[in-house]
Amino acid sequence: MPRLLSFAVLLATWWIASLFAGDAKLPPPPTVFTAMVSEARSGDLFFHLGVTLARVALAFTLAMTLGAAIGYLMGRARLADRLGDPWLILLLNLPALVVIVLAYIWAGLTEVAAIAAIAINKLPTAVVTLREGARALDAALDEMATVFALPRWKKFRHVILPQLSPYIAAASRSGLSLVWKIVLVAELLGRPNGVGFEIGVAFQLFDIPLLLAYSLSFAAVVLLIETLLVQPFEARLSRWRPRAA
Amino acid sequence: MRLEVDIASKTFKNAAGEQHDVIAGVSFALDAGEVGVFVGPSGCGKSTMLRILTGLDPDFQGRVSRPPGARIGFVFQEPRLLPWRSVEENVRLVAPLADEAKLSALFEILELKAHRNHFPGELSLGLARRVALARAFAVEPDFLILDEPLASLDAALAARMRDQIAMLMDNRSMITLLVTHDVDDAVRLGDRLFLLSPRPARVLAELPIRTPRGERGDAEIAAIKLDVMRRINGDLPKRDSA
Repeated sequence: MPRLLSFAVLLATWWIASLFAGDAKLPPPPTVFTAMVSEARSGDLFFHLGVTLARVALAFTLAMTLGAAIGYLMGRARLADRLGDPWLILLLNLPALVVIVLAYIWAGLTEVAAIAAIAINKLPTAVVTLREGARALDAALDEMATVFALPRWKKFRHVILPQLSPYIAAASRSGLSLVWKIVLVAELLGRPNGVGFEIGVAFQLFDIPLLLAYSLSFAAVVLLIETLLVQPFEARLSRWRPRAA
Repeated sequence: MRLEVDIASKTFKNAAGEQHDVIAGVSFALDAGEVGVFVGPSGCGKSTMLRILTGLDPDFQGRVSRPPGARIGFVFQEPRLLPWRSVEENVRLVAPLADEAKLSALFEILELKAHRNHFPGELSLGLARRVALARAFAVEPDFLILDEPLASLDAALAARMRDQIAMLMDNRSMITLLVTHDVDDAVRLGDRLFLLSPRPARVLAELPIRTPRGERGDAEIAAIKLDVMRRINGDLPKRDSA
């Protein structure tokens, strides 16, 4: 209920703002909605959303898996930490645009280049978060598992993974929002489809209803994935924790 | 099956790089079916000794021979349960072969029946300790270690849990090692008492109790306790091998 209310407030604010700014700069909700419907009818909206989503899914999975593995290793092994740290700092501070442009120059305007560039942008934050998680592992539980001779896989699954899960959730959450932002830039610069590409087209034609139609549809998809996938997953992971008041 | 221990010394370096002696000479042997109890002041190095005995700490001078392939059941001072697994899952995880009948018998004795599906965060310290006990007994250990299992519990609860532990120990022949600072618990549960010095730990005296656990009368317990107290507080520490 409060969510609906806040959505209604947003819509009303938009509508009022459009009266002041004028149609040319900020079209009112119905105009944008019409643009959205016509894009949906032609199938373009779903095609571009689908393409973007696929890129997000691929880049996200790639970066999370690789980042979690590297982060865990760096948190557990001193040597890995020493070796990896300079790279990590470099990657953390490298602007997304630099990575994307370089990827397109070196690997061509290809799908591989786009997904790799997005993944590389997300990778270091996953590494940093998981490294913290691996450093914070409870030595007392580790000893317990050793004394009771728990097999390696069981120990990982029941003792280590649950301790890392808040860190994995945090990395996923922040990583997903990062990927959402970067994927559009990568599409704008070097892909012939996707939401980012369409927004680029709308920008060149100064077609603001189209621009807003794609932006808002994209935002709706992000919101949907957050509420239907990410949040229930987080709730499940932390069900053993006493609830905060 | 026999546990033979001869720890000549154990030192460790603190963060400032200073060396500390923790153990200065502890040697003993325990056979299956025997309950050895270590009594000593807190901070004397008992927990360090347990880490050495279980192989968690290989960095010491001396020798420990555990029976090969011995299953270890360890009741840690803090229960060390997995907070994200229920009581039953905590027990089953380390003892995948334990059948339902055995588990319910354990839960029955330890009064945990109503708590099977609770998470450790929902339990009191006394209950969590009992889950740790259930876990240690569920693996059907050859070598059982109890590190202060009754510390910081109120007297009535401690007495009840002591009886439960005694009952569980009677059901199985194993090498048992109990660490405590409570002389009463030591005398009621142990077959052989080892009195430890303050840090660095040495064995001051070894006292066998000949009467079986179940048949000790109050008078005898009181007499042994008096003897132990006298030795702990007494004049010259001397090794008394019986």
